[in-house]
Amino acid sequence: MPSVCFYFQVHQPFRIKNYRIFDIGKENEYFNDSSENDLNNRRILEKVARKSYLPANRTILELIKKHPQFKVSYSLSGVLMEQLEKFSPETLESFKELAATGNVEFLSETYYHSLSFLYSPEEFRTQVKMHQKKIQELFGQKPKIFRNTELIYNNRLAVEIEKMGYKGILAEGADHILDWRSPNFLYSPKGTKKLKVLLKNYRLSDDIAFRFSSRDWKEYPLTADKFSQWVSAVNGNGNVVNLFMDYETFGEHQWEDTGIFEFLRHLPDQILRNPDNDFVTPSEAIDRYGSVSELDVHNFISWADVERDLSAWLSNPIQHDAIKKLYDIEHLVLASKDKKLIEDWRKMQTSDHFYYMCTKWFQDGDVHKYFNPYDSPYEAFISFMNALHDLTLRATSQKGKILVS
Amino acid sequence: MNIGILMFGWEFPPYNSGGLGTACLGLSRALVKENVGIIFVLPKKFNVHSSDIRIIFADQQGIKFEEIDSPIYPYVTSDKYSIEREHENNDVYGRTLLEEVRRYARSARKIAKKQKFDIIHAHDWLSFLAGIEAKKVSGKPLVVHVHATEFDRTGGQNINQNVYNIERQGMQFADKVIAVSNRTKEKIIHHYGIPAEKIEVVYNGVDREEFKALPERLYTLKKDGKKIVLYAGRITIQKGPEYFIRAAKQTLEYYPDAIFVVAGSGDMEHQMMMEAAYLGISDKVIFTGFLRGDDLSAVYQVADLYVMPSVSEPFGIAPLEALSNNTPVLISKQSGVSEVLTHALKADFWDTNEMANKIVSTLKHDSLKNTLRDNGRHDVDKLSWTESARKCINLYKQILSERQITV
Repeated sequence: MPSVCFYFQVHQPFRIKNYRIFDIGKENEYFNDSSENDLNNRRILEKVARKSYLPANRTILELIKKHPQFKVSYSLSGVLMEQLEKFSPETLESFKELAATGNVEFLSETYYHSLSFLYSPEEFRTQVKMHQKKIQELFGQKPKIFRNTELIYNNRLAVEIEKMGYKGILAEGADHILDWRSPNFLYSPKGTKKLKVLLKNYRLSDDIAFRFSSRDWKEYPLTADKFSQWVSAVNGNGNVVNLFMDYETFGEHQWEDTGIFEFLRHLPDQILRNPDNDFVTPSEAIDRYGSVSELDVHNFISWADVERDLSAWLSNPIQHDAIKKLYDIEHLVLASKDKKLIEDWRKMQTSDHFYYMCTKWFQDGDVHKYFNPYDSPYEAFISFMNALHDLTLRATSQKGKILVS
Repeated sequence: MNIGILMFGWEFPPYNSGGLGTACLGLSRALVKENVGIIFVLPKKFNVHSSDIRIIFADQQGIKFEEIDSPIYPYVTSDKYSIEREHENNDVYGRTLLEEVRRYARSARKIAKKQKFDIIHAHDWLSFLAGIEAKKVSGKPLVVHVHATEFDRTGGQNINQNVYNIERQGMQFADKVIAVSNRTKEKIIHHYGIPAEKIEVVYNGVDREEFKALPERLYTLKKDGKKIVLYAGRITIQKGPEYFIRAAKQTLEYYPDAIFVVAGSGDMEHQMMMEAAYLGISDKVIFTGFLRGDDLSAVYQVADLYVMPSVSEPFGIAPLEALSNNTPVLISKQSGVSEVLTHALKADFWDTNEMANKIVSTLKHDSLKNTLRDNGRHDVDKLSWTESARKCINLYKQILSERQITV
């Protein structure tokens, strides 16, 4: 009997404004763009809340009321929760309403949606704890399942996560790690004792997230009926179908006029029509199903692009340079004890900053395929490095003060 | 049978003084390789150097040259022509530039009468009247190729009405107009009233000769960690040299180890030297004069960043040459080449703050320089004269089929 496990990623970064060489040492508000462009964080958040988060939350709440068996899980990044508090309190309220139904599980991640596991295990643990605390404050849940930024995963991460007390972790069901095996079972990460890993069924997930409105796709248009048949087909050779996707799929990536909300509204009906199917949260899946075998993932995988690796964030020299210099000043920044300084440094760790610097999609003039709020990856790098220069000056002068006093 | 072209073009490198000659060479060479026959007509003062155009094409069938004794050359202005004309010991040449352009056109008639070809292809306004005359006597279709308009050359100020008239006449009389970028196409529609469907955009290419590392002649400049920012091109209003000097001033406040090299000559050269002196940065700005060939490649190679701050650049081949020499580029958004380069830094020509921001960042961060350089090479690899030639050939075929001419 396949259980359907929904996990939605909800995240928005604090984008860095066009911060120029002339601003260094003069002002340190890196994230307060207030123009009519896509670096204006308030503007973006309000837009996405209106088009996606609010109507999607409303739909999910209706569905839970209609079908008490319907379950979903969310991972809200810390920087998203902060922005909701500031720019869209009503969206935060609607998430709290969902939490109160008892049918919604909140997952754990790094507060700053960062790549810290790759650069500083200590910083990684700090950010996971910060995030736990925030989730507990807002939604009254202690997360038991971890998912790392962009589903970045390997054996080492799984071992660390078990040590930190989690019972489960999420990862991409990438072909090159599964080979002939199915993502519709639970596995035991190599090197762990009890931890289980849930793997994204990327075919079915991407049918909704990427292909839903694609007229070139032979399955277009995708109906709830058709999709639930595909889910039911797993019956007999799988326990759980993990549908992991960005929450912005609903209303932002797939606009409302594509019929995506209608699809969502009808999906539980159709899936539950087959008495063998049901819905689970990740925790329930882990409690209910055993692991079928060990999963050995030596190199990092992620859910990004066809490569399913780190290349979206770390493939060219500007990305490597920026992130290395950012973590180079870790001790200097932390030693300052300056709350605002540390917070700014952490906001700069969000993976999106490095994603915007990626040039691999920039070949063939295919500039618009991937969204980038900057004119080019080079602009993203220049503003980042200028801000980092200013941040370093602030950290250094703090150090001076400490020495003097 | 192959298509035959009567082409009115300009002197090739190394006897050229700008992008037009480079474009004529690149395009002709690629057309010949695609089996197009060319009769290449160009002006030349018979009493001066002997060209080695024929040597460039010595092993090529399919191209032959017709020279007309004339002192006109690309970018010459009426004033400049008149001054130079006074020193000519020659009664044949026209007294003014316009007279000479008309005389050149009359000579073109004779060639058009005796030669066999299918289409006439004329490059820029100085040859448009020749193209028109050739069409009149032969009845063959005319393509005019616009590499720059009067609005680009003058920066939009003091448009020469006679030049404008000839440009418009050529475009109107032509069967098709080739523009070197969408930017230029827009200008032709807007300023010359030519319908969009008559205009075809054909980007320039760059010859992908193997990169050859040259000895670092400017090595002494790079001692002590100095970084070099390069301007290479004619020093005229169209190219925005004053914005380069102003960006240099701002850059130096944040990056004192920068050296600015101006390679080129032109009517604003003296003014730029004065500007640098006035801003107090004369010791950081080096004027090399006009460079070509290996000398030019050597400055490209030694530079850390090439800057093209053009006020109005229909295309702009120089950034492609810089990238071919492994040097990253910062180009003005007011350039045609910015339509085809993705791995380039871009700024509005007037925004010297933004230029300085980008120059300083490139000098400070080797990672930026290297990423721009390596990805920029891929951009350049995609731009070939072969591609440009194929687009021209498609256009020729389209014209001939519209006229129901079979070649």
